[in-house]
Amino acid sequence: MKITWTLQDGRTHTAEVANGTNMMEAAVANDITGVVGECGGSLSCATCHVYVADDWVGKTGEPEDFEDAMLDATEAERKDNSRLSCQIVADDSLDGLHLIVPAL
Amino acid sequence: MQRVVIIGAGQAGCSAAFALRKRGFDGEIILLGEETDPPYQRPPLSKAYLLGDMERARLYLKPPGAYTDAGIDLRTGCDAIAIDAQQMRVDTAQGPLTADAIILATGSKPIRLPEAVTGGLAGIHYVRDLADIDAIRTAIPDCKNAVIIGGGYIGLEAAAVTTKIGLNATVVEMAPRILQRVASRETSDAMRALHAHHGVTILENVGLALFLGDGSVKSAVLADGTELPCDLAIVGVGIRPDIALAQAAGLRIENGIWTDARGQTSAPGIWAVGDCASFPHTGAPLRLESVPHAIDHAETVAANVLGARTDYTARPWFWSDQFDVKLQIAGLNTGYDQVVTRPGGKPWSRSHWYFAAGRLVAVDALNAPRDYMSGKRWIEAGQTPDRKRLADPAADLKTLV
Repeated sequence: MKITWTLQDGRTHTAEVANGTNMMEAAVANDITGVVGECGGSLSCATCHVYVADDWVGKTGEPEDFEDAMLDATEAERKDNSRLSCQIVADDSLDGLHLIVPAL
Repeated sequence: MQRVVIIGAGQAGCSAAFALRKRGFDGEIILLGEETDPPYQRPPLSKAYLLGDMERARLYLKPPGAYTDAGIDLRTGCDAIAIDAQQMRVDTAQGPLTADAIILATGSKPIRLPEAVTGGLAGIHYVRDLADIDAIRTAIPDCKNAVIIGGGYIGLEAAAVTTKIGLNATVVEMAPRILQRVASRETSDAMRALHAHHGVTILENVGLALFLGDGSVKSAVLADGTELPCDLAIVGVGIRPDIALAQAAGLRIENGIWTDARGQTSAPGIWAVGDCASFPHTGAPLRLESVPHAIDHAETVAANVLGARTDYTARPWFWSDQFDVKLQIAGLNTGYDQVVTRPGGKPWSRSHWYFAAGRLVAVDALNAPRDYMSGKRWIEAGQTPDRKRLADPAADLKTLV
């Protein structure tokens, strides 16, 4: 499946991502500045915070309790479409997914 | 600058390589790793990977093609043997390399038990490299009784995983309490209760005398004479920075490879990042053993290698997963004189807040992500919450500073 990030400088980056990969791993593999993934996807750090583009919000689902709590105090402002990338896993239903990296 | 040689292909070395490229360096980057795997994440080794919940390829920090794509010459299975600081030369198993800058990212090595204690027996394992964990995973199906030497985070994670797999696990801690070196009595008590609940035996205030066996380990004899059946021994008694190359090259050593605030060692042109580096932090030298530090430090030092003049500011945080508890730690509790407990509403949920002379310095949050996130921000901003209200779980965290 394909995924597109809007980067911190406003440009976009599109990459092919294998099903089963989470969006933090995909971002790190593609060297997306601003998505760090310090804890390796163990839901401990919130350094992979992204915004889900409006037309994809319904498809990526709602954050679970622990993720919701982590999002409550992220460095960049929390919005209704805030998610931790590591909790969104690629599958066919997300082909074309568009994520926005929070600006500094 | 035409060539940077990075010694050590762990988290810090790998991050430094990509950071150099990202900052526009267009010369040669050679990344030397002594292991045969490409750079990988270590934290899952004692958690999901040991448990068998995570595939090997998923540990890798970058997909296979990423190094070539970024023009990073990754040389795995290639040891650096010596550094000549005057000539700016690195001798490797495959020949010498000259460099315009050398970045030491040699990491750390586990403290090993002396042969008098291990008897040279098979079945005694350490937790550091992928190969260590592969050896434990291979051994586990034939084992019943795990004895874990050391009640620090590595030992407790190993106890949690071996218990989950179905072994009887016993943790042996020489100090009066588990986690004594790194956490408060309150955190030790909570983690002890968690492990007891899941059937781990925790023995404190007693050291290991020696292992007995016949080719492979059969029992562990403790200092008080107790003999524990043991067919799997896991030793987690701490790590030491790998300073051998730096020391041999005549670099200044001070609880690690000494660096200035920008990451430069005592030899111009030679830098150190991650676990192995001892850097100034609020006036005293500090060494940090963590992934977040390895990443942040590598980013700052890479910029300095390319001519920036940025002092590194550490923002320490750590985490551990044990059974159904996620422990998140922000700050450094060095010198604390008071601990405030904030109870939580969920199983095992609570947080312990460390104060030094009235100032918040660290927090241990158990299944309490809001407490962790708030605490981390306060500590980094130098803010201190009201202690009395902090202890009241009904008080909204957002109103405490």
